[in-house]
Amino acid sequence: MTEDSRLKRDVAVIGVGQTKFGEHWSQSMREMAVEAGVKAVEDAGISGHDIQMIIGGNMSSGMFTGQEHSSALLADYLGLNPIPAIRTEAACSSGALAMRVGILAIASGMYDFVAVGGVEKMTDIYGPQATTALSGAMDYDTEAYFGATFPGIYALMAQRHMHQYKTTREQLAMVAVKNHENGFLNPVAQYRKKITVGDVLASPMVADPLRLLDCSPITDGAATVILASADMAKKYTDTPVYVKATAQASDTLSLFSRRDITTLDATVEAARRAYSQAKLTPKDIDMAEVHDCFTIAEICAYEDLGFAKKGEGGKLMQSGQTTLGGKIPINTSGGLKSKGHPVGATGIAQIIEIVKQLRGDAGKRQVNGAEIGMTHNVGGSGATAVVHILSRNR
Amino acid sequence: MVKEFAVPFHWRKFKERYQFIGSKCGHCGEHFYPKREICPKCRRTGKMEHVQFSGIGKVYSYTIIRTPPEGFKAYVPYVIAIVELEEGTKVLSQVVDCKPEDVTIGMDLHMCFRKIRSEHDSGLVLYGFKFKPVK
Repeated sequence: MTEDSRLKRDVAVIGVGQTKFGEHWSQSMREMAVEAGVKAVEDAGISGHDIQMIIGGNMSSGMFTGQEHSSALLADYLGLNPIPAIRTEAACSSGALAMRVGILAIASGMYDFVAVGGVEKMTDIYGPQATTALSGAMDYDTEAYFGATFPGIYALMAQRHMHQYKTTREQLAMVAVKNHENGFLNPVAQYRKKITVGDVLASPMVADPLRLLDCSPITDGAATVILASADMAKKYTDTPVYVKATAQASDTLSLFSRRDITTLDATVEAARRAYSQAKLTPKDIDMAEVHDCFTIAEICAYEDLGFAKKGEGGKLMQSGQTTLGGKIPINTSGGLKSKGHPVGATGIAQIIEIVKQLRGDAGKRQVNGAEIGMTHNVGGSGATAVVHILSRNR
Repeated sequence: MVKEFAVPFHWRKFKERYQFIGSKCGHCGEHFYPKREICPKCRRTGKMEHVQFSGIGKVYSYTIIRTPPEGFKAYVPYVIAIVELEEGTKVLSQVVDCKPEDVTIGMDLHMCFRKIRSEHDSGLVLYGFKFKPVK
């Protein structure tokens, strides 16, 4: 297996912008993307003329809105024609993939300023159709064909995790409770509402053992980040945030084909590559945004990213160390659960939260002395995993 | 965006779904469902052969689907399980002919042939394997 080489030059984030996450009935996909893009350009203090390429993560605009070819569409409505525009797609990790491709484009030396974003418009169709659209992230022929749903696939992981490691139903619920506590403090979150373990356990069953409040919601939203070569970054901002690692790995689309259904091997591999690139260990990470599309996914992420031993993710949750003020705060933004999960935008929104933390701009969610942060974005049930490490220091 | 597939989309899968045919690597002997042309371990060292699974297995993990995708509303609640076959391969399938609440990890199963759903407009009836408890 080939190893990642070092980036040929350093890359920094110089601007961020996003829409509020929620049900935006009055805004179309292109309008949300423009709102996020303009906010990011203003935050970076650059002009649209400076941007040399745009990359937009989008899972399924065709299924959700009937519109494909979102790359050139968004370049047009952002007023950026004729620069090149690329759409990245890896289901729910489409956004992180845009970030990764943007980093590689700048590190290659071809561009100095690239806008990377993500957008998903999910409420223009009804619930069952959205469930069908999201089903496209799994193996259609062998999973969706037989009636599997996305919550169902994660429920299979949860059932096995509980069976093998005695992870409890309450520990799963605590993930949702924690993320709602954090989302309550985030002005852009979809659900700014605190919940209790009792609320989670009393919510309707979706796919046993997962209940409605174990699931991330259907969300509209867009998010954009402006990337620059590190040498240029200092000219535009006093607080550039540097990319220390960009790593990605792949696994089978079908859950049943995996080595172990309680471990996302793609996450383990992407994290290993990221730690190696950054020359860091899990202990060095001050806070992380992880892919909590379902509560069990956050428990698995603790283990797969090295914050807990295999099988002890539930215990780490219960210990309180992943809450704000704990040793390793996770999902200070509210995570996918409370902030919302517009699938293509999620990976970029995770980057934005870490950038805000590292700039000291996270308000009531601020982690004291934050120096190094991680993002973890997953496509499907773990066929794609993307891990980024960001730092205040070059 | 309701999808309605044309006949070839389903027809070319008949052997896999109706006869439970997969593949076996001639080099390392590992079985796969669905069929593959390239063994992930041996790549092109071994030649892939077709193999028919016995249809005997156990529940490895399961869930009860209560919020269905399009086309499955009439079947709710239904059990989706990962079944560990005696050949060592795992597959995803529905477990039927029992109360959903009675399914447990480790339960002995064997394959049966059932209707999966029908396409909405064309009326095309889709079949495939499901599993039921060994009585």
